[in-house]
Amino acid sequence: MNLKTLAMASALTMAACAAQAEVKVGMITTLSGGGAGLGLDVRDGFMLALEQSGRSDIEVIIEDDQRKPDIAVQLADKMIQSDKVDVMTGIIWSNLAMAVVPGAVAQGKFYLSPNAGPSALAGKGCNKNYFNVAWQNDNLHEAAGAYATDATFLNAFILAPNYPAGQDALTGFKRYFDGNVAAEVYTQLGQTDYAAEIAQIRDSVADHVFFFLPGGMGISFLKQYADSGVKKPLIGPAFSFDQGILQAVGDAALGVKNTSQWNKDIDNPTNAAFVASFQEKYGRLPSLYASQGFDTANLLISAVASADVNDPDAFRAALKAAKFDSTRGDFAFGNNHHPIQNIYVREVIKEGDVYTNKIIGTALTNHADAYAPECKM
Amino acid sequence: MSLILFIEQMLNGVQFGVMLFLMAAGLTLIFGVMGLINLAHGSLYMIGAFAAAWVAGMTGSFLLALIASLAAAAAAGALIELTVIRRLYDRDHLDQVLATFALILIFSEGTRWVFGSFPLFLEIPPYLSGPVTLPGGIDYPLYRLAIIGVGLLVAAGLFALIARTRIGIQIRAGEADREMIAALGVNISALYTLVFALGAALAGLAGALVGAIQSVQIGMGEPVLILAFVVIVIGGIGSIKGALVGAILVGLTDTLGRVLLPVFFAQFMTPQAANSVGSSLASMSIYILMAGVLVMRPSGLFGKA
Repeated sequence: MNLKTLAMASALTMAACAAQAEVKVGMITTLSGGGAGLGLDVRDGFMLALEQSGRSDIEVIIEDDQRKPDIAVQLADKMIQSDKVDVMTGIIWSNLAMAVVPGAVAQGKFYLSPNAGPSALAGKGCNKNYFNVAWQNDNLHEAAGAYATDATFLNAFILAPNYPAGQDALTGFKRYFDGNVAAEVYTQLGQTDYAAEIAQIRDSVADHVFFFLPGGMGISFLKQYADSGVKKPLIGPAFSFDQGILQAVGDAALGVKNTSQWNKDIDNPTNAAFVASFQEKYGRLPSLYASQGFDTANLLISAVASADVNDPDAFRAALKAAKFDSTRGDFAFGNNHHPIQNIYVREVIKEGDVYTNKIIGTALTNHADAYAPECKM
Repeated sequence: MSLILFIEQMLNGVQFGVMLFLMAAGLTLIFGVMGLINLAHGSLYMIGAFAAAWVAGMTGSFLLALIASLAAAAAAGALIELTVIRRLYDRDHLDQVLATFALILIFSEGTRWVFGSFPLFLEIPPYLSGPVTLPGGIDYPLYRLAIIGVGLLVAAGLFALIARTRIGIQIRAGEADREMIAALGVNISALYTLVFALGAALAGLAGALVGAIQSVQIGMGEPVLILAFVVIVIGGIGSIKGALVGAILVGLTDTLGRVLLPVFFAQFMTPQAANSVGSSLASMSIYILMAGVLVMRPSGLFGKA
């Protein structure tokens, strides 16, 4: 063995030691383009939790997927092959998650989802290394259906974009709504003008409207609906009413009921501290996405504290135990590693100059998703 | 479907068409006069909307916001014409597409730098908000009627400008033969900057008008840009009249397709199948229209063969 190989060998050993001392996290999220607000909130919530934990043994590599599945796949390959990450997280959109997650978990990486919860990963396609810290995609829509039933609405006009998550949304709503569906309308993904649909709502016999139009689509719909003079009550999932969107909608959203697993007024010390520290650090109120990022990081920290990431079985058991203080209060995983949690009904209010939500009731208690029985785990 | 609902949907189609016309007019002028494919036209639309939202937030005046949108988009248009676009007139279309695509990325990230990643707030002014009752008992939002009015005014103004003024003559001459009009002593580069800024201002105006009823966010221009390209291909490249007719056709086809196709398929399918087939076909309808027009008239409805 000559000197050169010796030096190389010792360098390699040192690198291996360094790698053992810490957990490497690869975060792929959306930080540019139209959907960047969601990714920023997840990232900021995640990094806030890490900072507060004071741990120096967790290293995070953050990359921007630009909301493009092909870029997300490239980034994942790079993180797995050259950065050698142990845990991956961060993806916002279900189509990107479907492109990245199955490959990553098949290569033995852990994936903690801070947002996307496609049904394909909750049922037959569940995986022992995949944990969803947010919700299964149908959950908030199911809660909206349950709320509409409780509020004794009889006739629904339901509306969603024509893509898989939109179809899941309407299916989820109908699963828990006992009344009649007067009309079911699919819009184009990314549609910005809803005049035609609003005219149909005006004309229909429905007594309320359920809509799932995330991001900019929801902003457009709410503004146009308010201006149309149609007064049928609106119900939606929290995705059209998060903290980032409400300021852009303004008065048009006031009083609208929406369903969420989190809100800033959930009464527990973790949540109060989270809301205050997030606001102090970033100068804005946290959204549900920020709370999901925060919870994801705390779940990871709890597992790192009690198990070695190089012992996958122990680390998986530590994740499954979910021994962390969630902003949602009690937190537990079901058999398919998706949360079992309460989903609340919120109402949009104005506090001073800021539009925000307040909880007015619980739509579903300790709710597990509909796909869990299909998961053999 | 009742007659009232049908008329309301026709109005919606016309309003959508008029909005598309504001985008397409600038695009078709720039393409027709300078032979330039400008993908960054959607960014100018976004700049108009952001400028309007910012000024409306500062001053509370919607009128000032509209003026700001015109000024900001025209200034941005003139700036990119002088610095980037000017070098592209003699290059082939692929170079133009590449360079203007780069401009989209620069404008998007630049806007994020200045305004952050969250959508901005822009609302309809109180004197234009709410519905009005039209003859026949149709409740229709006043603001959408105002958009139709502004769009038709702009169309009339553009026709007058092109047909009746000295600048219009120069624009038409530049379209026909740019060397010849330069030889006749017309300052062709100043003319090009002017036309580009004019097209940009119209896109900015469209962005501001639409921003009040939609979401003012990064990347808002690109979906509209695609539709505007469909419009100018249908109408015939370089023709303002074609842009107007094409825009209204696209607006009506899109709106009525969305409403009528699911109803049509429901006659002989289960409601669920009718819904998904109808809405899928509706999102294709304008492209089918474009293909149909191109089969009949390969250079568009009013294009020069």
